[in-house]
Amino acid sequence: MKKSIISLIAIFAVFMSIKLHAAQVIKIDGSSTVYPITEAVAEEFQKAEKGKIKVTVGISGTGGGFKKLCNGETDISNASRPIKPSEVELCKKKGIDYIEIPVAYDGIAILANPKNNWVDYLTVKELKKIWEPEAQVKITKWNQIRPTWPDKEIHLFGAGVDSGTYDYFTEAIVGKEHSSRGDFTSSEDDNVLVQGIATDSLALGFFGVAYYEYNKDKLKLVPIDDQNDSNGKGPILPEYDNVVKGAYQPLSRPIFIYVNKKSADKPEIQRFIDFYMKNGGQLSKEVGYVALPALAYELGFKRFEKRITGSVFGGHGSQVGVKIEELLQRE
Amino acid sequence: MHKQFQWIKERIIEGVLFLSALFSIFVTIGIVAVLFFETYEFFKEVSIVDFLTDTQWTPLFDEKHFGILPLFAGTFLTTIIAIAVALPIGLISAIYLSEYASARFRTAVKPALEVLAAVPTVVYGYFALLFVTPILQKIIPGLSGFNALSPGIVMGIMITPIVASLSEDAMHAVPMGLREGAYALGATKFQVAARVVVPAAFSGIAASFILGISRAVGETMIVAIAAGQQPRLTLNPLVPLETITAYIVQVSLGDTPTGTIEYKTIFAAGMSLFVVTFVLNIVSYWLRKKFREVYE
Repeated sequence: MKKSIISLIAIFAVFMSIKLHAAQVIKIDGSSTVYPITEAVAEEFQKAEKGKIKVTVGISGTGGGFKKLCNGETDISNASRPIKPSEVELCKKKGIDYIEIPVAYDGIAILANPKNNWVDYLTVKELKKIWEPEAQVKITKWNQIRPTWPDKEIHLFGAGVDSGTYDYFTEAIVGKEHSSRGDFTSSEDDNVLVQGIATDSLALGFFGVAYYEYNKDKLKLVPIDDQNDSNGKGPILPEYDNVVKGAYQPLSRPIFIYVNKKSADKPEIQRFIDFYMKNGGQLSKEVGYVALPALAYELGFKRFEKRITGSVFGGHGSQVGVKIEELLQRE
Repeated sequence: MHKQFQWIKERIIEGVLFLSALFSIFVTIGIVAVLFFETYEFFKEVSIVDFLTDTQWTPLFDEKHFGILPLFAGTFLTTIIAIAVALPIGLISAIYLSEYASARFRTAVKPALEVLAAVPTVVYGYFALLFVTPILQKIIPGLSGFNALSPGIVMGIMITPIVASLSEDAMHAVPMGLREGAYALGATKFQVAARVVVPAAFSGIAASFILGISRAVGETMIVAIAAGQQPRLTLNPLVPLETITAYIVQVSLGDTPTGTIEYKTIFAAGMSLFVVTFVLNIVSYWLRKKFREVYE
């Protein structure tokens, strides 16, 4: 009996010491679009810190992430669009301040199945016709979009309603944030969308371009024409140059991390943000995004050091056609 | 004194047993009560006529429609496909095991069959999505990556052991005298199996069918993974659709705040599911009672 008590205490002591060692945990949640960058940074960071600091990165969508950040459950929130008024309000209520740092540029890719041999490009008007709420149940065949296309069903796939990608897409295409038809396959998990489009010859869908980069051989990228020649003529693909120049409009946008101001005082968070700003550019390229200019990362870190809270977008949510230069001027 | 102590001990044991039995009843009542309460809240905001007749289901979007029919169609279609696979295979293997197989073969195969039922359904889900669907696509070129056919078939494979095992039990319980009587009249082995044993065990077989259907209606992971997530009012097994259970998973995975109408749809959908399986269970009970052949 005595022996077992002693061994119990010993086991308990071991657990306690493990717990003490693992005390530093950085909790991150939010957008699945920003996830690949933050996860890459987190992995490198944990290696560099030799495992002393643990970083967990979740994917509950931009909206879900803000809910957790404003609840004080997370240190950092990944966001693929700026914070919205309802979320600003929620954070205010809970007394949470946040620091907004842009980390990369992302294009929303429009994708079809490789077997689809009729889609050469889509205009923004055609995309609107497909995705607006009025299209529900009515626009169901390819030839309703362009009469020369086949008389076959169109199977739509898109980012889930909790994602920033959905919010931005609807703002840019339909003209109203969070407004679209409802009869499509929607998922917060971009891999489900990849799988769906890759195996369905009648599919059309949208998600962050990074997931296209991973699955190039299974998907067909559709160029987009916004019929505005001032930012590039004709249909344009979400390639590096086009996103940087701002030619891939209206479907490219900056993406962010939001840091809880209270967490910002913790040394491990400071180290993480420092690491992020130094390596985020390189790593975002590696995982298929477009890096911001080097100056933007410096400015981002300054913003963090000075603890400048709030959003440069004034808390209005998604805005279409924001270029990097413009973003920098606002810094 | 000793006797009194014994009496108290007996009462305590009886009390503990009674409470344990009561516990499961209370849990059931609790679940049903929560379902009823939240569904009642839901129908305060959505008319029951819309719920049952609207042909669109888009509660998560701006243009909200609350017609359960597309989800019902999804559940119905995947269940029919599963049953079409499970009933014949299950029944035929039960007949073989009970009437034709040697005792040694039977004792070896039956547990193996039951192992099929123990495979986690999430494994079946990915089996359908990544293995069965690509094969089917080679046979049926128009098949979408998410569809009703592949998860339906896999679900059928999953419930086959339930049908086979329970039917086999029922057939095995048919008294030997009946078979011997039939043989004495010159019946062949197949005639005995098909015209004597199966009718005699009918109530048990029917109950196993209903249990299988009920399992298919409530199955979640397979259809959530492999059938897609698009509510669609169709009986075409080749296109993506969504079942009631898959919808519940979809909403629960996202970030739906408590108390909103989106949140309440979970319970309304759950209630519909509950009603269906409840009715099926009653039918199964009734079948068993009505067609039960009692042999002394």
